[in-house]
Amino acid sequence: MEGRRKQFCCGLKDGIPIALGYLAVSFSFGIMAKGAGIDTLAAAVMSFTNLTSAGQFAALEIIKNGAPLMEMAAAQLIINLRYCLMSCSLSQKLAPDMPFFHRLLIGYGVTDEIFGVSVCRKGTLSPFYSYGLICAAVPGWTLGTILGAGAGDLLPARLLSALNVAIYGMFLAVVVPPARDSRVLSGVIVLSMLASAVFAVIPALGGISSGFKIIILTVIIAGAAAYLFPVKEESHEA
Amino acid sequence: MKPDIYLYIFVMAAVTYLIRVLPLTLIKKEIKNTYVRSFLYYVPYVTLSVMTFPAILSATDSVWSGTAAFAAAVILAYRRKSLFQVSLAACAVAFLTELILF
Repeated sequence: MEGRRKQFCCGLKDGIPIALGYLAVSFSFGIMAKGAGIDTLAAAVMSFTNLTSAGQFAALEIIKNGAPLMEMAAAQLIINLRYCLMSCSLSQKLAPDMPFFHRLLIGYGVTDEIFGVSVCRKGTLSPFYSYGLICAAVPGWTLGTILGAGAGDLLPARLLSALNVAIYGMFLAVVVPPARDSRVLSGVIVLSMLASAVFAVIPALGGISSGFKIIILTVIIAGAAAYLFPVKEESHEA
Repeated sequence: MKPDIYLYIFVMAAVTYLIRVLPLTLIKKEIKNTYVRSFLYYVPYVTLSVMTFPAILSATDSVWSGTAAFAAAVILAYRRKSLFQVSLAACAVAFLTELILF
């Protein structure tokens, strides 16, 4: 069907910047994976099956230490619990009668960036748009990992250092534009960053893992914002 | 004995997939509650902001290049540049800053 094809191509196109950003970040992941004693194939399988930046970076330390599998499961649960919140949010963008298998496939591709782009779509979300995004982003993430693990040490250190900010640039490109037109959103973003900085500075809070910090701050700040500034229907649909 | 690397990968992939897919398959109705809807609307902004700052400042070899990249990314994102442009510009600014400083 023409509509499906168009949605898929549209997703593919919007997925290219995500893929390029992923390429840079997963490249540095590949280098670190190799440093942790993980071979290129295992690193590539991890990237392909997990598709998560923070979770995979945290996993390297756990694998290097030979920690129990339960610790790995708990760490991934905490660090990636934000995807649960994102999927809840995304579930509202899907047509209520969307078949089960589409939901199973879309679930695989819920990442910060794919979610960020998907929620900005007007109206209900076509599964084929999601597949387009996934088909662009997943090769980028996996290929970057392979290149990093295989050939990372060929690049000058200075370039590698600069590549580390790629993912944050991408996050900022997602959150900043909608905040232009909304004082509440601007306030939420600034407050979130300040609170995050406070966590980083206060030594007593230093023992909290980065994944758990994300969950605590998300629940508190998004919870307070929703209570103080409930979102009206029309702006939610936009 | 250390668990096999692929056992680790399987566990992390399974946990991560379940987290992502359960809400998508279990929540089929539209959530009517304004508070819940508003909460879900704010979630990505808080999560991504918390992940970005202050982590970006220490992502590079020098805090100055991280700060410069942060400033460049905010300015370009404010001007509605694409994900790719903002991301690439942040890397370029970090690279040039380190080139000048060291």
